[in-house]
Amino acid sequence: MTKIALKPTQDDLVEVEGELMAWDSQARRILTVYLPLACFLFVLLFPFYWMGITAFKPDTELLDYHNNNPFWIHSPTLQNIRDLLFTTEYPRWLLITMGVSVGATIISLFASVLAAYAIQRLRFRGSQWVGLGIYLAYLVPPTILFIPLAQVVYNFGLFDSPLALILTYPTFLVPFCTWLLIGYFKSIPYELEECALIDGASRLQILRRITLPLAVPGLISAGIFAFTLSWNEFIYALAFISSSENKTVPVAILTELVQGDSYHWGALMAGALMGSLPVAIFYSFFVDYYVSSMTGAVKE
Amino acid sequence: MDIAAETIAWTAPSRTPTALARLFNNKAFLVTICLFPAMGLLLVFLTYPLGLGIWLSFTDTKLGQRGVWVGLENFEYLLGDRVFLNAVWNTIFYTAAATILKFALGLWLALLLNQNVPFKSLLRAILLLPWITPTVLSAIAFWWIYDPQFSIVSYVFKDVLHVVDTNFDFLGTPLHARWSLIVANVWRGIPFVAISLLAGLQTISPSLYEAAMLDGASSWQRFRRVTVPLLMPILAVVLTFSVLFTFADFQLVYAITRGGPINSTHLMATLAFQRAIPGAALGEGAAIAVSMIPFLILATLFSYFAIGQRKWQQGGDND
Repeated sequence: MTKIALKPTQDDLVEVEGELMAWDSQARRILTVYLPLACFLFVLLFPFYWMGITAFKPDTELLDYHNNNPFWIHSPTLQNIRDLLFTTEYPRWLLITMGVSVGATIISLFASVLAAYAIQRLRFRGSQWVGLGIYLAYLVPPTILFIPLAQVVYNFGLFDSPLALILTYPTFLVPFCTWLLIGYFKSIPYELEECALIDGASRLQILRRITLPLAVPGLISAGIFAFTLSWNEFIYALAFISSSENKTVPVAILTELVQGDSYHWGALMAGALMGSLPVAIFYSFFVDYYVSSMTGAVKE
Repeated sequence: MDIAAETIAWTAPSRTPTALARLFNNKAFLVTICLFPAMGLLLVFLTYPLGLGIWLSFTDTKLGQRGVWVGLENFEYLLGDRVFLNAVWNTIFYTAAATILKFALGLWLALLLNQNVPFKSLLRAILLLPWITPTVLSAIAFWWIYDPQFSIVSYVFKDVLHVVDTNFDFLGTPLHARWSLIVANVWRGIPFVAISLLAGLQTISPSLYEAAMLDGASSWQRFRRVTVPLLMPILAVVLTFSVLFTFADFQLVYAITRGGPINSTHLMATLAFQRAIPGAALGEGAAIAVSMIPFLILATLFSYFAIGQRKWQQGGDND
C-alpha cells in the first residue's frame, strides 16, 4: 500500500526539480510500467502473505480484527503447526505425496525418454502419427477420465492404494514429458549420432552415452514438471483413495482438516503453506529450467 | 586365466556381435521396445478408460455393481435436469469470462515485463508462484479470503476505507459465488499466460519496431500491427490450452464452493464427480463427463488450425 501511495508524490517532486523532458519520461515510466507492475505483484502475492500470516497467528488474534491489526502478528505462535504435525497424520500425508510424486515422475521419465527417442531419432514409418497421438493424449483432461479409471483401478485391486496414483499419474505426465523431450532431442545435432554409429556403437549405447547426456537439461525440466504436476494432482487422488492414512496432502487438507462448520483457519493455512513449500523449494532451485520448459513446450 | 579373460573381452564386442546385441540393433525391435512403456501405460490407463467411459455413459452402472445398456436414457434424463443444464451454462460462462480476463491481464503483464525492468528474471520467478503452488491449497487461501465474516477484503473496504457498510457476501449468492470463482481462476492463470506470452514477445526482433517507428507508427499501431500478428501463433496455442483446462476445471470449484450455494456453481466436472463418486451413479456421471468431449474437440480443432496458420504466417508453405 505504502509503495503505491509514495509514487505520485515522487513524481510531483520531480516536476519541481526541472529537467522536464528526461524526468517526464521517467515519471511516465513509473506510471505506466512500475505502478501497474507493483499492483500485479501485490495481487498475485497477497494470498501467500495472507496464508503465511494466518498460519502463525494465535486463535485470539485470528478472529478479532478490531483490537489487532489483521495485517500483522503481535504474538506469533507455532501452535498451528504443532497441532498439524502431532495431532493429525500430516507427516504421513506428506510422505505419501512425496512417494507418489517421485514414483510417478520416475516411471514417466523412463517411458517418455524411450518414446521421445524412438519418435524423434529412430524415425520409423508412422512416427509422426505416434507423435500426434501423444499430443492428443495430452489434451484429454483427467476430469473426463476419472470415472472409468476408478473402475479400472478397482478391477486391478488397487483401489485405496497409493500404487493406483503412481500408475495413473503417467497418463498426463507421459504425453507432456514426451512432447518436451522430443523438442530437446530435436536440438541435438544428428551428426553426433552418425559419428557414433560409424564408430560401431549400438543404438542403445548411443542413447546412453551421447543423446541422454546432451539432453540432461531437458530431463531436468521434464522431471521438475512431472514432480510438480503430480504433487498438485487432485481429482485422481480424491476419487481413488478413501482411507485417511493413504491420502495425499491436497486431498487430506480438504477432506480431513475441514470438518463441521467451524474451520480452524490457522491449521488449514499452516497445512496449505507446508504443502506448498516442497514444490516451492524444489521450484526455486530450478526456476530457469521450469520457465524454459514451460515456454519451450508452448513454442514447440 | 587372466589373459584368456582379457582376450575374450577384447574380441567379443566388435567382431561377432551376440544375438542380443544384434537384436538391439534391429530397428523394428528397438522401436517396439522403446515405445512399449509409454504406449502400454497410455493404452491401459488412457485409451481404454476413455472408451470405457463412453460405454459407461450408455449404461446404468452403479458403484460396485454392473450395469446394463440403457441407450441414450442417461442423456435424455440429463437434458431435462435443471442442475445439469445450469452446470453446462456455468462451465461455458466460467471458461469464457476467465479466459478473457486471464488473457487481457496476462498480455498486459507480459508487455510490462518486456519493458527492460530491473530484476526481470527474479520477478518472473516470483510471479510464477501462483501457478506452481497446488491449486487446492491456494484455493483454500481464497476460501479464507472469501470468508463471510472474517474476509480481509471486507475488512479493508468496510473498516479501513469505509466504502461499504456490510461485509461482502462472496460465496453466499450464486452470482457472487460465480464471480469469486472466476477471480480465483484468473489469479492462478495470469502467470502462465504472462510468462508464455513473454517468451513469445522476446522472439520479436527490435528492428521491426524500429522500422515501424521510422515509418511513423504510433505505439498503438506498433502494438496492433507488429506485436499482435507476431504473437498470434503462440497466443493461439496458449489460448487452446487455457480454454481446455479451464473448461475441465475441477479443483477450484470443488475446494471453494463444492458446487454450492444450492448447486448453482457446479461445473460439468464437479457435477460428474458428485453424481458418480459420492452419489454412486457411475453411468450418469460418465454421461456428464462424456458431454464435455464435443466442447474439448472443438477447442482441439481450433488449436490444430491455429498451429497450421502459424506456418503460413511465418512465410512457410500453406499446408
